[in-house]
Amino acid sequence: MAQHLTYEESVRGVWKGLGLLAAVTVIEVVLSLLKAAEFAENIRILIYVASLLIIALSLYKAYFIIYEFMHMGYEVKGLAMSVLLPTFLLLWALIAFFNEGDAWRKEREKIQYKNELTVPSGEDVGMNEETVVIPFLG
Amino acid sequence: MTEERDTDIIIAEDKKPELNSDWAGGDRKPFRTSYGKLMMWYFLLSDAFTFAGFLIAYGALRFSSPSWPVPDRVFATAPFGINEWFPNDQAPLIFVTFMSFLLIVSSGTMVRAVQEGARENKRGVVFWMLLTVLGGAGFLGCQAWEWNNLIAKENMTVTTNPFGTYTENGYYLDPETGEVTDEEVVEGETYLLHLAGASHGEAEEHEGEHSFEYSAEPGDYPGYVVDGLLPDGSVDQSAKRFIHRKYVIEENGEQYVRVQEFGPTAFGALFFGITGFHGFHVATGVIFLLIILINAGSGVYVARMNGYEMVEKIGLYWHFVDLVWVFVFLVFYLL
Repeated sequence: MAQHLTYEESVRGVWKGLGLLAAVTVIEVVLSLLKAAEFAENIRILIYVASLLIIALSLYKAYFIIYEFMHMGYEVKGLAMSVLLPTFLLLWALIAFFNEGDAWRKEREKIQYKNELTVPSGEDVGMNEETVVIPFLG
Repeated sequence: MTEERDTDIIIAEDKKPELNSDWAGGDRKPFRTSYGKLMMWYFLLSDAFTFAGFLIAYGALRFSSPSWPVPDRVFATAPFGINEWFPNDQAPLIFVTFMSFLLIVSSGTMVRAVQEGARENKRGVVFWMLLTVLGGAGFLGCQAWEWNNLIAKENMTVTTNPFGTYTENGYYLDPETGEVTDEEVVEGETYLLHLAGASHGEAEEHEGEHSFEYSAEPGDYPGYVVDGLLPDGSVDQSAKRFIHRKYVIEENGEQYVRVQEFGPTAFGALFFGITGFHGFHVATGVIFLLIILINAGSGVYVARMNGYEMVEKIGLYWHFVDLVWVFVFLVFYLL
């Protein structure tokens, strides 16, 4: 694809790249099905590892499309940096907003928990003999 | 005139550059690329931020939800009854994987068109661009089928999400008698709420061997609830009559009855919004590809002698559409 490659080489490069992307996609789908399979339900580590692998493979696909198919790898470095560096701002947005979403969920769960609390009445108020535990007396 | 110093750069009168009054900047190109390609890159950068905004909103809402529909269950249908070849008539992710392949292959044919353009090969450009257009149109057709299936068959709308997910383990109640059965409710499993009176298609598995008809009248029945009953006892005729099955969970030795809930409300809006915005990009991409394809075929770019740069620019846009799909595919279908 680069200028120093012959025409035949760059044509072969396209089909190779296409095969690579297709293979990576198939691996991703298999991993995704694996982590949703019934036997994986109780293996949390498998779900995390599979998810991280899927994300890594997707990022690799993105890199390959930008650098080979979109020829970014053969442009002047300044051009590549002026397009790619601003996207790193998104890392902040990812962390901040995902964290915030998680906080919404926790807040909602807390409210739900408090709504379900009932005011103790009658005999439940105060301590009775069963709840007072004197240590060392058995 | 001041005296000349030997540090001055002396330029002969006839070599002095003319003052540029039109801001064209002379022959030197920034980043050694053409204005058009550079601006296409910056447009794509801005578009990437738009998509990132949508996808980050999706992530935040997903994190804020106690459960999320499992994609393997939601996207398990395929046209021509292909899903019937699979266990339980469920073909998880098969159709969207095919859609991804279409887009990836059309990206590859686009690179071929750009390569033929660089060799000033008009026939090659037209041939490979035509294949790219076919790939894009095929993708759009698949997406239309997928949307139609979700809207017309599975009753998903922007504000209604019939794909709920259990957050507890338990057992279903028999819909007819309300007795606890040995049919298990599994935490983390996604179910689809059906409409009363509608044919249930593939999801007969929960109904057991004996044929039992769910009532189409809104109300609270022993083993299920049909939507549409207002608190004062009257019936809301406009309400969609979703069937919600009842199940029991056990907590601290006591049994509690639960009713199947709708899934997170935002799911429909996020799905239709984001895949729709991506589909809109594919659709405009196909239109631009067609315009440039016709231009290339009629020899417009032959006269320009710049290695079919216009094909290169629409190529950048087309690869970007594929690039966005990598991330849409990741967050909606894979994770």
